[in-house]
Amino acid sequence: MVLRSTILAVVAVFGVPAGLTLYIFMVEKGVTRLRFTLQKRIRPWLWLTPCLAILSVFLLYPVLNTLVLSFLNNDSTRFIGLQNYVRIFTDREMLIVLRNNAMWLVFFTLVTVTVGLLIAVLTDRVKYEQAAKALIFLPMAISFVAAGVIWKFMYEFRPKGTPQIGTVNAVLTTLSPSFEPQAWLFNPSINNWALIVVGIWIWTGFAMVILSASIKGVPKEIMEAARIDGAGEFQVFFRVTLPIIKPTIVVVTTTLIINVLKIFDIVYVMTNGILRTEVIANRMYKEMFNFMNFGMASTLAVLLLVAIIPVMLLNIKRFGQRGEVQ
Amino acid sequence: MKGERHITGWVIRFMRKSPIHLVLLTICVIWLVPTLGLFVSSLRPRALILNTGWWKAFNAPLLFTIQNYLHVIQRANMGRSFFNSLMIAIPATVMPILVAAFAAYAFSWMRFPGRDVLFLMIIGLLVVPLQMTLIPILRLFNSLHLTGTFVGIWVAHTAYGLPFAIYLLRNFIGGIPEDLFESAFLDGANHVQIFYRLVLPIAVPAIASLSIFQFMWVWNDLLVALIYLGGTPEVAPMTVTISNLVNSYGGGWEFLTSAAFISMLLPLLVFFSLQRYFIRGILAGSIKG
Repeated sequence: MVLRSTILAVVAVFGVPAGLTLYIFMVEKGVTRLRFTLQKRIRPWLWLTPCLAILSVFLLYPVLNTLVLSFLNNDSTRFIGLQNYVRIFTDREMLIVLRNNAMWLVFFTLVTVTVGLLIAVLTDRVKYEQAAKALIFLPMAISFVAAGVIWKFMYEFRPKGTPQIGTVNAVLTTLSPSFEPQAWLFNPSINNWALIVVGIWIWTGFAMVILSASIKGVPKEIMEAARIDGAGEFQVFFRVTLPIIKPTIVVVTTTLIINVLKIFDIVYVMTNGILRTEVIANRMYKEMFNFMNFGMASTLAVLLLVAIIPVMLLNIKRFGQRGEVQ
Repeated sequence: MKGERHITGWVIRFMRKSPIHLVLLTICVIWLVPTLGLFVSSLRPRALILNTGWWKAFNAPLLFTIQNYLHVIQRANMGRSFFNSLMIAIPATVMPILVAAFAAYAFSWMRFPGRDVLFLMIIGLLVVPLQMTLIPILRLFNSLHLTGTFVGIWVAHTAYGLPFAIYLLRNFIGGIPEDLFESAFLDGANHVQIFYRLVLPIAVPAIASLSIFQFMWVWNDLLVALIYLGGTPEVAPMTVTISNLVNSYGGGWEFLTSAAFISMLLPLLVFFSLQRYFIRGILAGSIKG
């Protein structure tokens, strides 16, 4: 089995590029036999064929198919109209899922952008900037699964009176002896916040790096001029820096929104959605594999897509404008 | 005298900035401690992990062990999972590159009706949640007997990586100066020659960023592997194995800490050795579905 899959992988790694190269050679050979005007018309499509074939089969067709499935019942045998959609917005459990996603959306995005911005501003003024930035960016490199394990250990709970082995409870009980150790992931009034903190820990580095690059692009002369006019550091930041980097903040925010809507791994690893921590992607997974309810699972996917469409249009507009310049 | 004044000046500047240092260093500690705690714990014997905090590890007597690592590699399928993660990630990184490069070349340097609209559609696909594709592709794979096979997940990751790969390479290849192409055409080169002799060599930095991003994305992926591989130990990558460990062992911290750290080794290595390419890739690709 090991040998077989190794051989298969080697074949894929060398065979796929070789096959594609052969394909494009044949294409060029065939095309050059045609009339010149016909060549120009046909060649681009032949260069695009591999990509368009894969995209149609594995992205375009599935998206359309999922849209259709969302109007069908569990095993996709009967048309049931909007019933799945109605259930999402009326079922109590589903409403909790939606509430959780909304919490993630608002607080994760807000805190990540704010803390990222704060760190970007502060690191700009110290000598150990690179080291600090690398440290904070590091969680972006590891998997959400590993991050989930890391934080499950941080949140580990031991009853009051016994030594705490989870860092969070240990620090809080040391700082304030009257503090009751918390089961952060099991207490329904705080577990969502505990999960959101993990997301923030992972993504802040991302926000920081982009915002930091943007802050470095703010002309020094403008800031100096403001200081000479008697503006304090806070005024310089809010009146000069902030308005200039606003477009970047928008980009960071939309990117975070796209990613937080689909959040799955953190919840899957840390609580698996129990005790009111489920989010849309996790619920979808459960509808697929535990309940075999493919209609509902598709509807949840469509809901994600609908939530992302405004951001998608914004993206297309932005790239469209830039694309014309080339 | 001069040196003394230099030091005094440094101290004064440092003091004036002390609130900045305080806030920043606190944040750095908060960001470091979780990973550090995991790493220290992974090297402690089971009885100690479960009864005392990891920060006590530095008190005498110092008791460290690599037993946890040996255990998860041999018994908890982590050795095999490491191999599987490589088996999944390497082909899934290589496969989309040429496909995307062909498309990027056509989008940049060939004129055809519908070019811009088509490209914008691909930009749109960039943010489509991959959840939208799971059920139809799973059904397709089931009927082709591709579920639970590496081939299936390679193809899936290739498709999911394509829109971003095309976008990134098109930006780069589109930025190559036009003069280079004109002189090559005048020398009688055809499109294939230009693509392999001129475009690909120039695009190496972009391909490097793309490869690193795609590799890390696949390496760290859980959802796609869960769906198309279905958790069979023979094909499970490390992310799937670890999440199974979390569910079955619950508080088995001696396994979880070492397993998680094994899965972080390669990403950390990539991060520290290729930081520039990695950050460039992740910034450009953060909007990927």
